[in-house]
Amino acid sequence: MNTPTLLLAALPTQAEDPEGFHAPGPEIFDLPPLWEGAPTWLTKPTLLAALSAVILIALFWGAFANPKLVPRGLQNLGEIGYMFVREQIGRPFLGKDTDRFMPLLVSIFFLVLVWNLMGVFPVIQFPVASHIAFPIVLAAAVYLLRIYLGIKHQGPIGYFKNMMFPPGVPKPVYILLAPIEFLSNLVLAPATHALRLFANMFAGHMLLAFFSMVGFYFIFQNFSVLGFPVGVLGTLVTIAMTALEMFIQFLQAYLFAMLAAMYIGGSLHAEH
Amino acid sequence: MQALAEVAGNITAIAYGVATLGPGIGVGMIFGQGVQAIARQPEAYNLIRQNMLLGFVLVEALALIGLVAPFIFAGI
Repeated sequence: MNTPTLLLAALPTQAEDPEGFHAPGPEIFDLPPLWEGAPTWLTKPTLLAALSAVILIALFWGAFANPKLVPRGLQNLGEIGYMFVREQIGRPFLGKDTDRFMPLLVSIFFLVLVWNLMGVFPVIQFPVASHIAFPIVLAAAVYLLRIYLGIKHQGPIGYFKNMMFPPGVPKPVYILLAPIEFLSNLVLAPATHALRLFANMFAGHMLLAFFSMVGFYFIFQNFSVLGFPVGVLGTLVTIAMTALEMFIQFLQAYLFAMLAAMYIGGSLHAEH
Repeated sequence: MQALAEVAGNITAIAYGVATLGPGIGVGMIFGQGVQAIARQPEAYNLIRQNMLLGFVLVEALALIGLVAPFIFAGI
């Protein structure tokens, strides 16, 4: 009997006993209040969100509170981060308006990045954005700003006209195009803006939880000779997934800020 | 009841598998053609990467809606 068959033969017996392996489900996101008698809103995610804000304030305070012409230490780091946001996120979408919106973009990018990195930070290990309320608040803020800027710069009628009736299309096509543009700009864009960040963090955390559970269960909780290789495999996959997850966390923070810049840029100037 | 063969689990897993087909093809096309474009015109790297990520984001949204839908409609 070769090894894969042996492993498969070992699994059903463990699935049958009541103490068997249970894959973690969405219930791992339902966290109780921090201590007995604490207010119900004071859970791990809210604490981590506040902690992230404090970390960012401390970091940027240290970097830019007393800026030198020749940067040293923390200021170097802060300038690299600022330059990254300006060159990669701001400039391509906002052009010469970039500097006006840099505070917003830097805050959004680094806040989301720290939120996400909480998901792989040892001991903490909970991505704040995996509770949908947090991305919704950020996306709603960008959405309101975007409509405000659009009405301010293009006029209340011009904004919706430019949005729903883009030029350069044969007249009858507008019957189809106008409702689609309206829906995609005012409903789908903000919804997916928040959902994308949430779903990525949610799925990533669940994936990590599943593989580390496999490792924990087969090595410690229910040790057996046949189960041990499965546990080792689960642990190795957890490590690989953590690396992948860190990449995704950075990418999602980048995309979230990039979309915010794109929506703002679209409101400042009508397309084409 | 003695069953000869049985399939256990949740239908939403299959639904999500089907939901990833389209976005999977789309993401593959976007990055495949994006890399091709970069190979042909390396000096336009920034512009291409920017538009590549933009397309990726829009296509990926469909897969993410597929991921979230089972949780939203779990009670129905």
